[in-house]
Amino acid sequence: MKITLPALSPTMETGNLVKWLVKENDSVISGQVLAEIETDKATMELESPDDGIISKIIIPENTENIKVNSEIAILKIEGEEEGDQNITETNNKIIETEAVSVESKLEVKPVLNEIKINFSDGTDSDSSKKWTEKEMTMREALNMAISEEMSLDKDVFLLGEEVAEYEGAYKITQGLLDKFGKERVLDTPISEHGFTGLAIGAAMSGLKPICEFMTFNFSMQAIDQVINSAAKSLYMSGGEINVPIVFRGPNGAAARVGAQHSQCFISWYSHIPGLIVVAPSNARDAKGLLKSSIRNPNPIVFLEHEILYNQKTLVPEEEDFTIPLGKANIISEGKDVTIIGFSMSINRILSAMPEINKLGLNPEIIDLRTIKPLDEEAIYKSVKKTNRVVIVEDGWGNTSFGSHLSYLIQSSCFDYLDCEIIKVSGKDVPMPYAENLEKLALPSSDEIIEAVKKATYK
Amino acid sequence: MTSFTKKQLLGFYEKMFLIRKFEEKAGQLYGSGAIGGFCHLYIGQEAVVVGILSSINSEDTVVTSYRDHGHIIARGVDPKLVMSELTGRSGGISKGKGGSMHMFSKKNRFFGGHGIVGAQVPIGIGLAFAHNYRNEKKISRIYMGDGAMNNGQVFEAFNLASLWSLPALFIIENNQYGMGTSTKRSAAGNDLYERAKVFGIEGVKIDGMNFFDVSKAAIVARDYIIKENKPYVIEMDTYRFRGHSMSDPALYRSKEEVLQKKEIDPVLTMKETLIKDHQISESEIKTLETEIKKIIKNAEDFALSSPLPDLEELYTEVYL
Repeated sequence: MKITLPALSPTMETGNLVKWLVKENDSVISGQVLAEIETDKATMELESPDDGIISKIIIPENTENIKVNSEIAILKIEGEEEGDQNITETNNKIIETEAVSVESKLEVKPVLNEIKINFSDGTDSDSSKKWTEKEMTMREALNMAISEEMSLDKDVFLLGEEVAEYEGAYKITQGLLDKFGKERVLDTPISEHGFTGLAIGAAMSGLKPICEFMTFNFSMQAIDQVINSAAKSLYMSGGEINVPIVFRGPNGAAARVGAQHSQCFISWYSHIPGLIVVAPSNARDAKGLLKSSIRNPNPIVFLEHEILYNQKTLVPEEEDFTIPLGKANIISEGKDVTIIGFSMSINRILSAMPEINKLGLNPEIIDLRTIKPLDEEAIYKSVKKTNRVVIVEDGWGNTSFGSHLSYLIQSSCFDYLDCEIIKVSGKDVPMPYAENLEKLALPSSDEIIEAVKKATYK
Repeated sequence: MTSFTKKQLLGFYEKMFLIRKFEEKAGQLYGSGAIGGFCHLYIGQEAVVVGILSSINSEDTVVTSYRDHGHIIARGVDPKLVMSELTGRSGGISKGKGGSMHMFSKKNRFFGGHGIVGAQVPIGIGLAFAHNYRNEKKISRIYMGDGAMNNGQVFEAFNLASLWSLPALFIIENNQYGMGTSTKRSAAGNDLYERAKVFGIEGVKIDGMNFFDVSKAAIVARDYIIKENKPYVIEMDTYRFRGHSMSDPALYRSKEEVLQKKEIDPVLTMKETLIKDHQISESEIKTLETEIKKIIKNAEDFALSSPLPDLEELYTEVYL
């Protein structure tokens, strides 16, 4: 058996043989220290891989810069003459496969750059059916979605701070404890790291938790679990372990709750492969998207907005109403400029519309609804029609989702653009408490109007 | 002392020896460059996982940290699949996409393989929660190191497990060092398991180098959890003979200390006890060891000949 200079760290390429602790013809046992090797990090001991006799020392001590895998000695193993050949053979195998890998690396085809997600569970039930609709708030719509899905599937359960007896800090979960009992609607301690991990473990074993963060600000306490445990497990396990979980709660700036309770997590979570990120702007979408999210086998970050909770739209009452994930909604068709938003920014865009119309402009407004994966097709189709783009996001502008969206649009629609892409973002400051400063920190109607003017050369 | 049959005892020894030889081979393959990245060997701690295994119901769930090769093998996963995961080949249990620290098998009720210290503990109580939710008489076995016992989420998990009466067995594998920092330099107070007491969780500290002690405690613990509907904690006084990972020269401990611990090598101790107290002959053990060496050789051959993952695999399994 050939003893080679081992790699003793992930980055080691060469080493120094400092000292031999055995001589030729010494008998050694498995695990016995044979030599001291100096690596890029430390001096390590080289142990004998088996029982045998050191029949030859090839590299003398005090030799520097020996390449990893160089033969440094020969170990003769009792009664296993053919052992030598086996080892040589296996070493060759390693080298062969590595050679293959280098070659095949050169053949990476761009077609690979496609991640497929199966959304068959979220059928586009919107257009195909006449719904019985009722006007309700987003709060009621979310409650309805959770309640319906819990009735339909006993594996769905709800946990979070104050979700049960208190009936939700924002009353999204009102009445659910009475309806489903304490086994399925659970008040947790203020313990995000713990209960988020618990929910993920339950999801790994096949349950479908809805894990409420009282607000998404507190999800940072548990962000390691969301990213490292929920988002990556399917991939790391080679498809063995999926995590069917919905993390939901209010996101973004509410009203005057200061810096630690006012921030948007769209850019944070949409950065992460393995997560689906959803952000509804109205009650109808909230119901349909939350139901699709609960039915989806992947981890979902479902970002609501406190200011939208009380806003009403017509919402289908049927329990088979869902809205597919990954599909944007063209709120109003137009031709002069594409304005893209989601969640609260749709409200801001709509409040700017009267002024924009006065300018004689007819914009196309896209509500993304799902941030990751993006409905790129809908976006590009619109941009190719209008040739001008304004993106509105509440979150900080620095390295933001909107910045990435601008990149995607320019790389797919470069020849169609008549103007630079304009982004209206939150200001890059911690959220101030004072009313006037808070208003200034968030995108305003005026800023949206100015952006549209700039994009249309008005 | 024990009600195990001779055949069962040989089976437990077989597992311990298998893990030992597997890890030695993994160390060698790391040295030859066939295994990359981080590689945390379990050598020295074999009595813990196999002792716990001796009490296991096949439907019990298991979750552990990144020192997981021995754990997934103990759970019955073919060493070939584990070794080829270490070499990053398509034949690996995670198709070569997980690596040493990320291995899972739903069929064998093994839920990882987690790389972030302490993170598996809340996940483990989630598995326990699911047992309760489904009214199963099963328990979740949650392994963690002494290092994890200073990590906040572990205490959040203790609180939740006790508060919600979850069937969780917390197993602290106290191998005396969290990477290079000894428990004396990192953990205030007395024994680590006592920290669970404030949450109303009963526990015990035992000799984790002795299979029979571990097995006895594990059986008591499982009965307690099922009968009392409460979590339980066992602190294993154990030792790793190798460094924290392959690149750790372990200069923070003396040679004398390591040699002293090798005197109570769990694999050798088990072998001696079987021969001395259980009418098992040396030749029976020799036969078994020869078989294991073949299994390891096969695992090595498979792990080195299994092809690298297809390039298409880069983009698969990000989403379901």
